[in-house]
This record gives sequence, structure tokens and C-alpha cells, in this order.
Amino acid sequence: MFQNIGEMMILSWRTLLLLPQTFRQRRKVFDQLFEIGNTSLLMTCILSLFIGGVIALQSGPVLSERGLSSYIGGLVGLSICKELAPVMMSVLIAGRIGSAMSAEIGSMRVYQEIDALRTMNIDPIQYLVLPRLVAISFALPLLVIFSILVGWLGGAIVSMINHQIAVPFQAYFSNLREMVEVNDVVNGLIKSLFFAVIIGVVSCHQGLKTIGGPRGIGRSVTKAVVNSIVMILILDYFLTAFLLYFDK
Amino acid sequence: MSDTTSARDGVSVQVRGLRKYFHGQAVLQGVDLDVSPGEIFVIMGPSGSGKTVLLKHIIGLEMPDAGAISIDGQSIDGPGFMAKYRVAMVFQSGALLNSLTVGENVGLYLSEHRIKPEKEIARIVAEKLELVGLKGLEMRLPSELSGGMKKRVAIARALAIEPQLILYDEPTSELDPLMAVTIAEEILKLKQRIHVTSIVVSHDRDLAFGVADRIAIIHEGKILAVGSPEEIKANPEPIIQQFLTVEFKKQKFIL
Ligand SMILES: Nc1ncnc2c1ncn2[C@@H]1O[C@H](COP(=O)(O)OP(=O)(O)OP(=O)(O)O)[C@@H](O)[C@H]1O
Ligand SMILES: [Mg+2]
Repeated sequence: MFQNIGEMMILSWRTLLLLPQTFRQRRKVFDQLFEIGNTSLLMTCILSLFIGGVIALQSGPVLSERGLSSYIGGLVGLSICKELAPVMMSVLIAGRIGSAMSAEIGSMRVYQEIDALRTMNIDPIQYLVLPRLVAISFALPLLVIFSILVGWLGGAIVSMINHQIAVPFQAYFSNLREMVEVNDVVNGLIKSLFFAVIIGVVSCHQGLKTIGGPRGIGRSVTKAVVNSIVMILILDYFLTAFLLYFDK
Repeated sequence: MSDTTSARDGVSVQVRGLRKYFHGQAVLQGVDLDVSPGEIFVIMGPSGSGKTVLLKHIIGLEMPDAGAISIDGQSIDGPGFMAKYRVAMVFQSGALLNSLTVGENVGLYLSEHRIKPEKEIARIVAEKLELVGLKGLEMRLPSELSGGMKKRVAIARALAIEPQLILYDEPTSELDPLMAVTIAEEILKLKQRIHVTSIVVSHDRDLAFGVADRIAIIHEGKILAVGSPEEIKANPEPIIQQFLTVEFKKQKFIL
């Protein structure tokens, strides 16, 4: 495990050094961005709508029993933007995009395409890892913004139509505006940026070290997804603690 | 990546005491080779004798367990080595990038290193594809090609690099006899045109004796003999004679 972490740190560092080359790889970055948006936007939308909805559904009745139903907007708003949207979206993207990255790079490794790149003096990190890492670091925070907005909307819809909660749209959003600060959204976005880097580095690293045939690729994909999710959830705790410390 | 080396010449290759073990098993057991600039050097040997592994060492894809490889007298693991020399390898399996079209594959080296403007690259790609008999297939994907066609694209990709050293791993193994002759001619022409050094791994006796300046026979990770085609033909070693002369005799089975 420590060897893996060491290798991933080296990979991150080497990618960081190559960042100035991003402009040259811009076409691949756009391809990746398009791919991520194309495969994930609809899922993000559906997932976020339901997450917002279920939070309202769970907490709404509890709040209204105690006469606090006017706080529903703030409660849903905060939990979505600080925690649920960044974490759920990262898990979703680890499953959709991380798996694709490790599978693609893994099969290139197995079928000697990476060897061929090296014989042409093309650095696989610059050619394969850099565009993917840059793209996911842009795309995930963008998806999270989108997810936050849709999640809020989901909460609002449920709060309005559920007769136990029965908080109208306007009351929901005015409470939300009162309780959620820009800072809270920024916190969530910072988290998602870290998660994006984790997904990119873990998946590319697993892809690059794939050995064996199709079964090796399968193993890499599983490892990439599982390791990314585990690392995201662990890092989430520490990042939250860290960001809370700075909030004060 | 500059183009200052355009008046390039072939390079020399020296392999000294090369040993490689996989899982404790010796695959190369002390290989020594000297290839002169501009030479066509053919390596022949039975399947599994370590030919591909040897080529991968020469191009730096495998690290030797012992021994050293140098090109023009400089060790290949020195800094910036790959940027200094243009080398190309035609992989046994082709190793085309499956997500790129045929044209993008052939032009990959030139476009990634920004050596030439796009129009010029397109012209070179078309020219190299025509050379290997695949004119106008730029937009195809590798998955839409036959095995032999992939191999020819791989050869075109290597030619587009205009290398100083080109390594062919079984260039004709999947080709029909006519195409094999075309490729052999191309290997010869390339030598005359840009004085490239070629190392060719092949079982194909016609190809080997048709193009080789010198031939080496490798067997179980050791070089058994090196010499001109005539010298190799005259070599009395039974393993070599058997390898060079064995024919499929139908009568044996009928009788
Ligand atoms: N990456 C590897 N890991 C373990 N063993 C390997 C590896 N690459 C090659 N070998 C072993 O090394 C030996 C030589 O392999 P190599 O591919 O060089 O043979 P070859 O001479 O090219 O044969 P062919 O003519 O069939 O292509 C084989 O026994 C093979 O099993
Ligand atoms: Mg081989």
C-alpha cells in the first residue's frame, strides 16, 4: 500500500510539473471534458434531484413536528452544498469516469500502446494522464455546482408537495438564502477539487500499472474505483475538519 | 524537438554482455552484438529464443539485469537520450493506438513533437500509407483492419519518423508473399535513401537472406553465430543448418 501511495505521489508530482504543457494538449482536454459531461450530466441531474428530495422528506416531518419547518430550506441547502453534492458526485464520477480512465489506460498498457508511445519519445504522462487529470479537475467542481442547484430544487419540490412539510417555494428559498453563505458552497467546491484529483491520480495510476490480459484490466478498474471511493470518504472527514477550522 | 538532425545518418549499436531474467528464468544469457551505421542486421532464431526481448532492450523498453547497450558509443539510459536520436520500432503485434485513426497513428510522432505543419504531416502520412499499399485508409480505425494491414500501418508509422535506427519485429510474419517483397524492398530503399540502421527480427528466410548485410542466429538467449548471409549458410553448426534448411515435406506424411 505504501508503495502505491508513493507511486501516486510521484505521478501527481510529475503531472504537476507538466501542467504548463496543458495548452498543447488542449484538444485532448476538451475531448475528455466532453466525454465526462456527456456521460454524467443526466445522471447528475437525476441523482441530485432525488438526494435533495429525500433529505427534505426525512427531515421535513421532524422539523415540522417541532414547529421548525421554516428551517427546511437552510437544512437541505447546507447539507447538499457542504457534504452531499461533493461526496455523492465524486463517488458517481469515480464509478463512471475513474473506471473508464483506468480501463482505457490499462488496455493501452496491456496491448503495448504505451510501449509504442515511449518508443516515439512521447511521455505517457503528458499524453494520457495530464489531459485526464486537468479535465476531471475542471469537470467535477462544475458538476458539483450543477448538482447543488438541482439538489436544492429537489428539496424545494418535496417541501412544497409533501403535505406534512408544506413549505412553499419562496419560503424555502428565502430561508436557504439566509442560512447558506457563499463560503459554504466554496467549501464544497474545494472538497470536490481534491476528490477530482484523487479520482484522476488513482485511476491513471492503476491503469498505468496494469499487467496481464483482460483480467488484469478488470482488476485495475475495480481497484481504481474502490480505492478512489475509500480515499474520498476518508479524506472527506479530514478536509471537513480542516475547512471548519478555517470557517471560524 | 528540433529538426537540426535532418542530415542524419544511421547510428551504430553495441550490445555488451546483455542478460535478462524473467521470474528467475534466463531469457538472454550474455548477448554481444555490434551493428554498424547504415547496416541491415537480421536476427533469426526459433520462437521464444528472446528476439523480441532483445529488441525491447535496444529501444529502452526493458532494463537489462546485466550488461549495457549503447548507440553511437553512448549509453542509452543517459539523460535526454531518446530526444537526441530518432529511433522507431515496428512491434510484432503492430501496437497501433486503437483510439486513433490510421492517419493519426502514422502521423503521431510528427504531430506530437510539432516537427512539421499539419498539411505537411497529412502529405507524409498519405505517402507512407501508399508505400505500404494502404492508400486512402487514413480515416479507418485500427479495429477495422486485418492483422496484416495493422502491421503495414505500423511500418508506415515507423517510416514517418524517418528514424536513424529502426527495429522491425517480424515485419513480414502476417503478410502475403507479394506484400512481403514490397516490405523487403522498402527496408532496402530506406537504407539507401536515408542511410538508416535497421535491425530486423524474422523467421522469414527469404526476407533475411534478401535484405541482410549480416545475420545473427540467436538460440535460447545466446548468439550462436554472426556473419554475412554466405557465412551463415556455410556454418556447419547443426542447429543453424536445421533452422535454415528445414522444409515441410509432404511425402513424409503420405508414406
Ligand atoms: N514480460 C515478460 N515476462 C515474463 N517472461 C517473458 C516476458 N517477455 C518475454 N518473456 C519470455 O522470454 C522468452 C523470450 O520471449 P521473446 O518474446 O523474446 O521470444 P521471441 O524470440 O520473440 O519469440 P517469437 O519468435 O515467438 O516472437 C519467452 O520464453 C517468454 O516467455
Ligand atoms: Mg517475438
